[in-house]
Amino acid sequence: MAVNVKELMNEKKTNRSVLAVTEKAAPVFFMVCAIVSILTTIGIVLTLLIETITFFSRVSFIDFVTGTTWWPFGENASYGILPLISGTLLITVVAMIVAIPIGLASAIYLSEFASEKVRKVVKPILEVLAGIPTIVYGFFALTFVTPLLQTFISDLPIFNALSPGIIVGVMIIPMIASLSEDAMSSVPNSIKEGALATGSTRLEVALKVVVPAALSGIIASFVLGISRAIGETMIVSVAAGSTPKLTADVTESIQTMTGYIVQVTLGDASYGSTTYYSIYAVGMTLFIFTLLMNLLSQYISRRFKEDY
Amino acid sequence: MNLVDKQLVQRRMNRRILKSRIMRQLFFLATAFGIVVLAVLLYRIFSEGIAYLDWEFLTSFASRFPEESGIKAAIAGSLWLMVVTAPISLILGVGTAIYLEEYARENKFTRFIRMNISNLAGVPSVVFGLLGLTVFVRLMEMGRSVMAGGLTMSLLILPIIVVAAQEAIRSIPKDQYEASYAMGATKWQTVRRVVLPAAIPGILTGGILALSRAIGETAPLLMIGALSFVAYLPENIWSSFTVLPIQIFNWTGRPQEEFHLVASAGIIILLLALLLMNSIAVLIRNKFSKRY
Repeated sequence: MAVNVKELMNEKKTNRSVLAVTEKAAPVFFMVCAIVSILTTIGIVLTLLIETITFFSRVSFIDFVTGTTWWPFGENASYGILPLISGTLLITVVAMIVAIPIGLASAIYLSEFASEKVRKVVKPILEVLAGIPTIVYGFFALTFVTPLLQTFISDLPIFNALSPGIIVGVMIIPMIASLSEDAMSSVPNSIKEGALATGSTRLEVALKVVVPAALSGIIASFVLGISRAIGETMIVSVAAGSTPKLTADVTESIQTMTGYIVQVTLGDASYGSTTYYSIYAVGMTLFIFTLLMNLLSQYISRRFKEDY
Repeated sequence: MNLVDKQLVQRRMNRRILKSRIMRQLFFLATAFGIVVLAVLLYRIFSEGIAYLDWEFLTSFASRFPEESGIKAAIAGSLWLMVVTAPISLILGVGTAIYLEEYARENKFTRFIRMNISNLAGVPSVVFGLLGLTVFVRLMEMGRSVMAGGLTMSLLILPIIVVAAQEAIRSIPKDQYEASYAMGATKWQTVRRVVLPAAIPGILTGGILALSRAIGETAPLLMIGALSFVAYLPENIWSSFTVLPIQIFNWTGRPQEEFHLVASAGIIILLLALLLMNSIAVLIRNKFSKRY
């Protein structure tokens, strides 16, 4: 069969020019993909900012920050965000009281005491706990934990801060456990062995050597946990109620910032009303809170990191 | 003469060892707490929901009456949502990862993208809901459609996919690249024929896990206005829709006790879907993960 050399050369040439184009186009395409994530952030900030500014053209900023009544409906609307913040903090505090000791203890157990076999079984189970959708946790808080608590606290209302707080804590346990365990297992064995060789017990090695050495990672995991608790939405929407209240009593029905945003979007607040814009002001507050926590967590793990 | 009081040392040592043993048990109990909660949760939901779980439940629409309620529309909606979310989030996520790992120079812009992605991962999902509501539903006039929901979800899970894809790409050994370049391959040819095939199992595993997060996510879709009472199947990406978690949320919010049982049945379906996706992810990881 006769091969036309000229044709082959031409084919090669066109192939090469196609290749040259893809060679140049590929990085541009990938960069555009990367820029989408920046656009997302810009989109979030701009959305929140623009609508929040509209909100503050109708409601005074001072009243918003210092007001102690949140009643966004009807004639006597009052937009003081403190009750929503106190509700959010109440949930966060309850959640952390559950999640920090249990999460840290789990991490210490898995990293310092458990055998390889136990670790291989327990870690995937904790991952499952982290993968349960939050609506399922909300359902569980409302239909199981609240009735259970009511047998101990007889006048506990159906909607309260305690039950969703505990469940938010349960949801965060795996996160704190796995991040803290990562930090602890990055402590070099030589240090642990040194402590054991001088006659320390397992417990002393864990509490006096490993935990202090991994402290930056552990604290960072706590802060990240707080951020997750602040931003948690479905558990509190389902089980915490919808009565914004400036209170420190966990047995009362409250409302969090996230819970309020969901409540308004469910209730079809008419587009353009002050109530509609208020969800952006609340969203902005929420965004700032969680952003500060995330930055703090990154700062702690970077600044206080011990290098071995 | 003894320099050390042996009895005292023995006593103290015993006390320290005892303390260590007791604390070990406490730490174990703490670890068991999470597992016990998980077991109780699963037991409660399965024991309550199993009675409502039958073929009719899967093939009926939502209803005012608990015994006639079904989950057909929600299953279809969740599948439709995946049709939009999976390709968009995978293309964007893998593209970003390839850019960061293969093309980006180490400069301020690259560092900014990295920092931005790790911060996006920490933004609460309601805030993504506000973004979707404002930009996709109102500004781009997509309405309460599958498209608007899918785009919002894509952005929400984007950071997870980027991180997973980055890790998959980073685990490819350097000699693979060098071999490719030594054969005269260009950068793009190396990315296309060496990096991507080697990274695909890792990318798929991470991608499926991210999508399973999207399947269970409720708040952003509630906010962009996915409906909770849908008596039809979505016809295309511009249809209004509902998804599994929203249907469950709706049933949970009803005062009648029977609807809570229906919600349990819905949760079983949701958990089975998650189990299926996670099993596929693990399967891919075990079957295709190469050791170099």
